[in-house]
Amino acid sequence: MRLLLVLVKLLPLTVIKKVINKIFEGLLMFSSTITTLTVLLIVLFLFKEGISVFKESPLEGENVIVLSNQNKVSHLTSVEVKKIFDQETTNWKFVGGANDSILLFTFNDLSNYFSEEELGPAFEFLPNKMDSLIEANPGIIAVFSKKYLDKNHKSKVATIDNISPKTFLLGKEWFPTANPAVQLGVLPLILGTLYVSIVAILIALPIGLATAIYIAEVAHPKIRAIYKPVIELLAGIPSVVYGFFGLIVIVPLIQKTFNLPVGETGLAGAIILAIMALPTIITVTEDALRNTPRSMKEASLALGATQWQTIYKVVIPYSASGISAAAILGIGRAIGETMAVLMVTGNAAVMPHSLLEPLRTIPATIAAELGEAPANGIHYKALFGLGCILFIITMIINIWVETISKRRVNR
Amino acid sequence: MYKIESKNVNLHYGSFHALKGINMAIEKNTVTALIGPSGCGKSTFLRLFNRMNDLIDGVKIEGSCIIDGKEIYSKSIKIDELRKRVGMVFQKPNPFPKTIFENVAYGLRVNGITHKNYIEERVEICLKQAALWDEVKDKLKKSAMALSGGQQQRLCIARALAIEPSVLLMDEPASALDPISTAKIEELIYQLKELYTIIIVTHNMQQAGRVSDSTAFFYLGELVEFDTTKKIFTNPTDVRTQNYITGRFG
Repeated sequence: MRLLLVLVKLLPLTVIKKVINKIFEGLLMFSSTITTLTVLLIVLFLFKEGISVFKESPLEGENVIVLSNQNKVSHLTSVEVKKIFDQETTNWKFVGGANDSILLFTFNDLSNYFSEEELGPAFEFLPNKMDSLIEANPGIIAVFSKKYLDKNHKSKVATIDNISPKTFLLGKEWFPTANPAVQLGVLPLILGTLYVSIVAILIALPIGLATAIYIAEVAHPKIRAIYKPVIELLAGIPSVVYGFFGLIVIVPLIQKTFNLPVGETGLAGAIILAIMALPTIITVTEDALRNTPRSMKEASLALGATQWQTIYKVVIPYSASGISAAAILGIGRAIGETMAVLMVTGNAAVMPHSLLEPLRTIPATIAAELGEAPANGIHYKALFGLGCILFIITMIINIWVETISKRRVNR
Repeated sequence: MYKIESKNVNLHYGSFHALKGINMAIEKNTVTALIGPSGCGKSTFLRLFNRMNDLIDGVKIEGSCIIDGKEIYSKSIKIDELRKRVGMVFQKPNPFPKTIFENVAYGLRVNGITHKNYIEERVEICLKQAALWDEVKDKLKKSAMALSGGQQQRLCIARALAIEPSVLLMDEPASALDPISTAKIEELIYQLKELYTIIIVTHNMQQAGRVSDSTAFFYLGELVEFDTTKKIFTNPTDVRTQNYITGRFG
């Protein structure tokens, strides 16, 4: 301690100051570096997991699909597999084979064909039996675990494509736990997200714009002093509460108004999202409106323009870029929102045809399904893939806002 | 009859007494200069006549302001109608981020004039009056923001003239400009006097001396002295006026 004091006395003050400055500089640099690295790591993790879905076969577990050698078909897509096992496709001619009806075989059907003695106590005769069964039935399609495949099998194993980016993005069916082949088409989810968000913005933008104009330009300062904090409070309400409100108030209202079997619809989601996006839209728009230089407004008023003429001829054009930024930010808020949407949209992962039907968004899907998806399974990876898509959408939105705001600064 | 009169005008910004019982009468087609140190109330006084002070929260105005024999603060006066008769040019050039043409046409358009030929005619006349026509006639569709500061200010004058006011208020119109642009503006004021009654706030003594017929000296919210410019600059009555114009404070 004494040594330190002596040291301090010996060193000139400027040196100590320099050292302290250096330490602070180091701390600042450290925290910003850590933050940046964390963000990059999260993105890296997301994409690493998400992209690995494309290395996966859509067949569950170690399963294989086995066909008779007499069957012309040797390649099936995951959609075809699903249709066959859903008995939507019942004849091989629909998937490029001969005119022969399809015979399904899974292990549930095992006892219909063989007795327990035939298979042996540890199923040791099963592979051989299966192979002959399949060879005997040209129309059969069998799905079972790879380990029961005979080593010298005469039957053929059908090849099935891995999940490709194209089927992932453009596939119209989302059945991540379907048996035997999962269906990972995210188009209904992407469209669901976009539908709900865009309708939400179409509802929120006019209301938000009107409110912002009122608060920024028209309202008496006393009214403004009440309205503005209340609107900002809207941004602080937890989204679960919005969801709850939607479920209790908006959903029954929609059900009654449109006379629907269920009120949990895209429209309910859009309305809730509109309410949630309002504070963002209002605050950003109002800031933009208030940024109109006083001199511009005075110039207009001094020329005999009325207050309304000044607002729509000077104030709104002047803050146009800020208003568009507000709209896009609002969309961004809506696209990323999870909880409230999960609660009110009904969560049916089908192609959305109308807003009065249940639909499902990307974030809601991730939140609802991640808990049930086995780690590192194909479902799990597909959810990460969804996360990547969401990330890309919001990033595009952010870049868009950035360019618009820059344009505003440059003017 | 006087063109503009103020009778015992008091103005408060909240608790600040900015104008103290101002009485002034201004003749038609004259230039009146308002001088005085910063914060003396001369700009506030100027902005009384197109009711620009109304835009500020917490302003209280007492007394009477009369233009063409009519009380402009009476309830029956429409503010936008008043502002069409009383044009204003601000201290900093403030063209709209629109084209040169649209800047001048703005006042006409907000007054509901849609006749294209008439608007074009008025734009040309006003730009000529503001001595800007020759410089911009080939680029009327270009943005006004691309003009120099002096040109922008003359554009603002043209813009104010377009709606044919009878009074022109100028709030230090040349303070942000270089000497050549200033000279052009002053020349312009001299010519505009034929058609308009002009009140100009200025910090520049020489400018007041050059352009104005009468001069009013404001100090701490009071009108200290109001007389012909010649009298104010050669033989002021009040010692404060004398001190100010000789540069002893200000």
